[in-house]
Amino acid sequence: MYRWDFGPVLANADLLAAGLLNTLRVTGTALVVGVALGLALALLRLSRRRLASWPSGFVIEVFRTTPPLVQLFWFYFALPLVAGIEMTPFMAAATTFSIQSAAFFAEVFRAGIASVERGQGEAARAIGMTRPQALRRVVLPQAVKRMIPAFMERAIELMKTTTLVATISYADLLYAANEISQRSFRPLESFTVAALAYFVVIFAASQAARRVERRLAASGDSTVR
Amino acid sequence: MGHRWDFASVLDNHEALLAGAAGTLRLFAICLALGLALGLAVGLARSARSAWIRLPAGAFVEFFRNTPVLVQILWFYFALPILLPFEVDKLAAAALGISLNSAAFAGEIFRGGIQSIEPGQWEGARAIGMTQAQAMRRVILPQAVRRMLPALTNRAIEVFKMTTLASAIAYVELLQQGRLIASLNFNPIEAYTAIAILFFCCLWPLVRLTYFLERRLARSD
Amino acid sequence: MADHRPLLRVRALAKRFGDNQVLRGIDLDVARGERVAVLGASGSGKSTLLRCLNFMEIPDAGTLELDGVALGRAGAGGAREYREAELVPVRQRVGMVFQQFNLFPHMTALGNVMEGPRVVRRMPEAEARGRALAELARVGLAEKADAYPAHLSGGQKQRVAIARALAMDPEVLLFDEPTSSLDPELVGEVLGTIQSLAREGRTMLLVTHELGFAYHVATRVLFLADGRILEQGTPDEVLKAPREQRTRAFIARHQEFRL
Repeated sequence: MYRWDFGPVLANADLLAAGLLNTLRVTGTALVVGVALGLALALLRLSRRRLASWPSGFVIEVFRTTPPLVQLFWFYFALPLVAGIEMTPFMAAATTFSIQSAAFFAEVFRAGIASVERGQGEAARAIGMTRPQALRRVVLPQAVKRMIPAFMERAIELMKTTTLVATISYADLLYAANEISQRSFRPLESFTVAALAYFVVIFAASQAARRVERRLAASGDSTVR
Repeated sequence: MGHRWDFASVLDNHEALLAGAAGTLRLFAICLALGLALGLAVGLARSARSAWIRLPAGAFVEFFRNTPVLVQILWFYFALPILLPFEVDKLAAAALGISLNSAAFAGEIFRGGIQSIEPGQWEGARAIGMTQAQAMRRVILPQAVRRMLPALTNRAIEVFKMTTLASAIAYVELLQQGRLIASLNFNPIEAYTAIAILFFCCLWPLVRLTYFLERRLARSD
Repeated sequence: MADHRPLLRVRALAKRFGDNQVLRGIDLDVARGERVAVLGASGSGKSTLLRCLNFMEIPDAGTLELDGVALGRAGAGGAREYREAELVPVRQRVGMVFQQFNLFPHMTALGNVMEGPRVVRRMPEAEARGRALAELARVGLAEKADAYPAHLSGGQKQRVAIARALAMDPEVLLFDEPTSSLDPELVGEVLGTIQSLAREGRTMLLVTHELGFAYHVATRVLFLADGRILEQGTPDEVLKAPREQRTRAFIARHQEFRL
């Protein structure tokens, strides 16, 4: 029978905590930048000018149709040589996941704006608002509210996806667990603790998300995914 | 932007790329088949009347939906062999990690699809003397699968993307070969761009298929 | 020509949904060849009664005998226990036609009617097909055999549903408001089909609001109120000269019933 020994893992709990914090840093950055960038991409995509809608469409499709890990490697290994800039693992991770989230949010924004614009937007323009005015004052506020569930869903997805940064040696939770495993020769305990830690955090987040969703639904708002 | 792009260095290694492609497709096929089969079982278990079946299936779904796949792959590769009297090879570890995750998501898709079929269909089937199993097989599932196709093809796309995670344990698939080529030829730009293009070409048809299926479903409802 | 032993014998049938006691002790005998119309206001329990007869709903109390054989086993505390495996063959002998048709949309009309014989009775394909075509012809829809339900009118769908029930060669046919979901101009074709089945001498129970039809087709009429049989008798007795006040009120509400 295998003798379990969580000692080395618990002794390095500080490493794990630091790793978790780094995971949250990347996730948070990607979410904030992703939302802003996503909105911009969506508006560009909806623009009637081809010069705006095609490039943004291209970015959205490319980032949704290629694997995240490939994107991450490209930004970490290839971009510095192409653009002649330095890229730390954090920068590469933040850039990759921001644009990726932006591509996802852009589609959600687009669907949300389209669905609100049909009814409310028309009504706004019928009382004389221009399209940008209608967008800003009537359509967007409502579209944004509808996207909260999608936003939360993406946040949770992102927490799972950011584990990829361990492969470019960014010290997130998984990287920390791997370090501990290699130093202590206790992979079973190290990775089991990592898995459980991720589960607890992400499960709590998804339960919170579900509760918010339920309250939104109860308040009579339909949701857009 | 003073870089001179030179894809020849990548194309020279086409054998390595082909080996990578074969590895990717093999892993994809295994994970898709396992994920769907297990997902169907999980979906049925989640709709079961007995709590003894329903609750464990629920726990399975919650656990594998809320843990990152990379963590699971590493666990199966590094941690599981400690408990077993034998090694876990790279393909097995990657396949386990990706399939179980897929099965959890597919399970929810199946459950939703089955439960979306109106009760009248169950009644019509039972009224002519069908057992639950016959009703499920002949009446409910055929209708449910049609509704679930867009979500299931979406899952297939995600599984295809997830095969790249196997490179973390150096399983021979496309991205892993890309890394190899990049490190041997010092051409990460061309190597990773080529890999990205290859994946895009493989996934684009699947993405279009999903759009098509979604539109067809919306029209027929 | 009625048999000595009733085909269906119901004693003290009771059924509750949550706090709502829908059936409060029904006693009923149905002889072979009888056509029983079950009338009542909504909430009176008439549909529930029908659905208990083929165990779409499981009764809470009481006994059910089909052709002399008591169904279920006596369980603890006097309630009867029913095993699904035992109920499945019962549903082959007691067929049902639903208000909402419940046709299988992914099969043709022929496919729908064939499904029972082929999958449940395990008939060979060719034999099942022949049987199904015969039943479709009987309801006058042989030419629609290859049509999908989506391309059929409501009346046609219901007639296919009737053919589907007939294909199982049931001893009793239950009709649960078969025309209530139909546009008025389509009601006639379905009633005509049921009428011709009646002429063949089929045993049937019919929950319906079509009082004129009930009057012409039924051999016996039941009026349900509050989960009990308030009144029963021949169509002339119950529909033309009802004894109970509630029966009279019910008939009066259905103004379209003119004799």
